[in-house]
Amino acid sequence: MLYRDALNLALDYAMEHDPRVVVLGEDVGFYGGNYRVTDGLYVKYGPKRVIDTPIAENSIVGTAIGMALMGLRPVAEIMTVNFAMLAMDQFVNQMAKLRYMSGGKLFLPLVVRMPQGVAKQLASQHSQSLEHFFASVPGLYVFCASDSISAYHGLLHAIRMDDPVVFLEHVLLYGMDFPSEYVKNFDPFKARILKEGKDITVVSYLKMVHDTLKACEWLEERDGISCEVIDLISLRPIDFETIYESVRKTHRLVVVYEAPKTLGLGAELSARISEELFYYLDAPPLRIAGEEVPIPYNRKLELMAIPTPEKIYERILSWSKSHGL
Amino acid sequence: MSQTLAEKFYYLMKLGREFEIRCKEEYLKGNISGFLHLAIGEEAVHVGAVVGFGKGDLFCPYREHVLALARGIDPKLIMAELFGKATGVSKGKGGSMHLYEPKMDFYGGNAIVAAHLPHAVGAAYARKLMGERAGVLCIFGDGATNNGTFFEAINMASLWEVPMLFLCENNYYAIGTHVNRSSALKDIYLKARDYMPAEVVDGMDVFAVYEAVVKAKQYIEEYGKPYFIEAHTYRFEGHSMADKGDYRSPRELEMFRKKDPIDLLLKKAYKEGWLTEEQVRLIDQKVEAVVEEAVEFALSSPEPSEEELYTDLYCGVCSDVIP
Repeated sequence: MLYRDALNLALDYAMEHDPRVVVLGEDVGFYGGNYRVTDGLYVKYGPKRVIDTPIAENSIVGTAIGMALMGLRPVAEIMTVNFAMLAMDQFVNQMAKLRYMSGGKLFLPLVVRMPQGVAKQLASQHSQSLEHFFASVPGLYVFCASDSISAYHGLLHAIRMDDPVVFLEHVLLYGMDFPSEYVKNFDPFKARILKEGKDITVVSYLKMVHDTLKACEWLEERDGISCEVIDLISLRPIDFETIYESVRKTHRLVVVYEAPKTLGLGAELSARISEELFYYLDAPPLRIAGEEVPIPYNRKLELMAIPTPEKIYERILSWSKSHGL
Repeated sequence: MSQTLAEKFYYLMKLGREFEIRCKEEYLKGNISGFLHLAIGEEAVHVGAVVGFGKGDLFCPYREHVLALARGIDPKLIMAELFGKATGVSKGKGGSMHLYEPKMDFYGGNAIVAAHLPHAVGAAYARKLMGERAGVLCIFGDGATNNGTFFEAINMASLWEVPMLFLCENNYYAIGTHVNRSSALKDIYLKARDYMPAEVVDGMDVFAVYEAVVKAKQYIEEYGKPYFIEAHTYRFEGHSMADKGDYRSPRELEMFRKKDPIDLLLKKAYKEGWLTEEQVRLIDQKVEAVVEEAVEFALSSPEPSEEELYTDLYCGVCSDVIP
C-alpha cells in the first residue's frame, strides 16, 4: 500500500468512527491535499469536518488547539515543516504548555501532521529536516512514520490520544509502496527492530531508514558486517531501552539522519549511549548526517548535502575498520 | 433590573479593585512574584463584558484576574495561584497570567500577545459544529491588533462564520508605546469593520459596556457570526509591577482618574437610586472580608509537592471512541 494511502486510510477510519475528528489545513478539502493524503475525505465528510483554511499556519495550529479544548479531535495538516516555522509559538508556547500550566485541567487531543525532509531540487526553503525542533519540547509527542504500517497505525494511535502529537512524514515516502499488514497492539512508543544483527546498532527514522537498510545489506553481503537496524517511530519520547539493549549486544552505535549533524537527534543518542553504556562500547558512536549547509537546488550539490546509501555504506565501513571490526 | 445589575457590577468591580490592590501589597511583601499585570482602571470593561456575555467560553489575555473573578472563580483559588500554592486554580504551575477553569468555561489568560485569538476562533467553530449557540468571548488589548495573528483570526472568524465576540480593550498603551505610535489606524475597530459588525464603546462606563456586549451577544446567537467591540479604557498602574508607567504625563493620568469606572458607577447608581450608601458600605465590608479570606487561604496553603514537577504534562489517556 502506498504510504499516502495508508495515512488516508487512517484518517478515513478515524473520521468514520468518531464524529469529533475533523481535518483542517491548506488545500486539504476541495483540492484533496497537496500530497493527496486527504483525498476523498471532503466528498465523504463534507466541508464542516474537512476544513480548508487560509494560508495562515499560526492560526491553523491555533484554531486546532481551540477546537481540541472544546472536545473535538482535530487533525491539522501543515503543508510542509518549512511552513510550520510560522506557527512555532502555537507549537511551543501553546500546545506543549497549556495542559501543564493549567495544572492538568485542559485536554488537547490534537494531531498536527506534516511532511519534512529533502525531496528533489526544491531548494532550501522547501527542503529541511527539523524534527529536533519539535522533539526538544516537553509537552509534545513527536511521532514519525517510515512506512505504510507506521503511517497507518501511528497516525491512528496519535488521533486516539488525548495529548498533542506532532506527526512527521517524509516528503519522498508518499508515493512509495510498502507492504501493508494489520498489526495488533501496535505500540508507537516502541522502536522497531527492522533487521537483526550482531556487530553494529544503526538507529534511524523516516526516509533514512530505507537508505540505512540498503547500506546495511551491502555491508553484510560485501563485507560480512552484520548491522541491527532500529527505526525510531517516536522521537519524543525516544525508546532508549530498545537502543540500549541492542548496543549491549553489538557494542557499537551509528545514528543516521538527514538534518545537519550539529545538535540533531544523533547528538542526543550518542550522548545518552556515552553516559549510560560507556564501558560497553568498542568504538566511539558515529553520526552520519547532513552537512552544515542549507540544502542547495543543484542536484549534485543537494546529494552532497545529505546521507545516501553509498555514503552510509562507506562511512560505516571505514569507521568499522578503524575501530577493529 | 438596573438595581440588581448595579449591585452586581459594584460588587465585582470593587472586588476586582480591592483584590488587585492587595495583590500589589502582597507582591511588594514578596508573597507574589514574577509578572503581575493589574487591571486597576479597566474593571468596567472586564465586569461589563463577562456579565453581559453570560454563558459562553472565555479566552483572555494575561491581565485576567478581574475577568476570572467576574466569571465566578473563587478568589481564594486565584490568590493561591498567585502565591504559587498547590491549592491554586492551576495548582501553582501557571501563576498570574495562567488561570484556567474549564468547568466554568474559562480558558485562561495567555502570556503571548494575540496567541489566544485563534484558540477562540477554533473554540467557536467547535461549539457551532456541536450545535451550541452560546459562542465565545475573546478579550485582548490594543497592542494585539498590530500582530499578524489578529488579522488571521478576524479573517478566519468571518470566513467560517463563527459565533464569537472580539473585545478589544484599548487602554492606549502596549506596555510603554502609545497606540498612536504603534497602530496606523487610530480607530482600532476600523481594522475589523470590513469583516464583521464593529463598534466603539466607553470602557469606563460599565453600563455602556454591558449593553454593547448584550447586543453583540444577541447578534452572535441569532446569526452565529462574529462581532467586534472596541472599548476605550485606561490602566491606572504600569503595564506590570516592573513598570512604573512614567511614560504618561501626570495630567493624562489625572484626566483618566477623574473617569474612574467605580466612581462613575456609584455616581450613576446614587443618582438613579439603584444603590444606597448603606448597601455600598455592606458590599465594601463583604469585599474586604473576601479579599482577607483569600490572602489567609493563600498564605496557609501548602507548596506543591515535589512530584508535581512531573505531573500534568501528558494525560496519557487514549480515547476509546475509535475502536
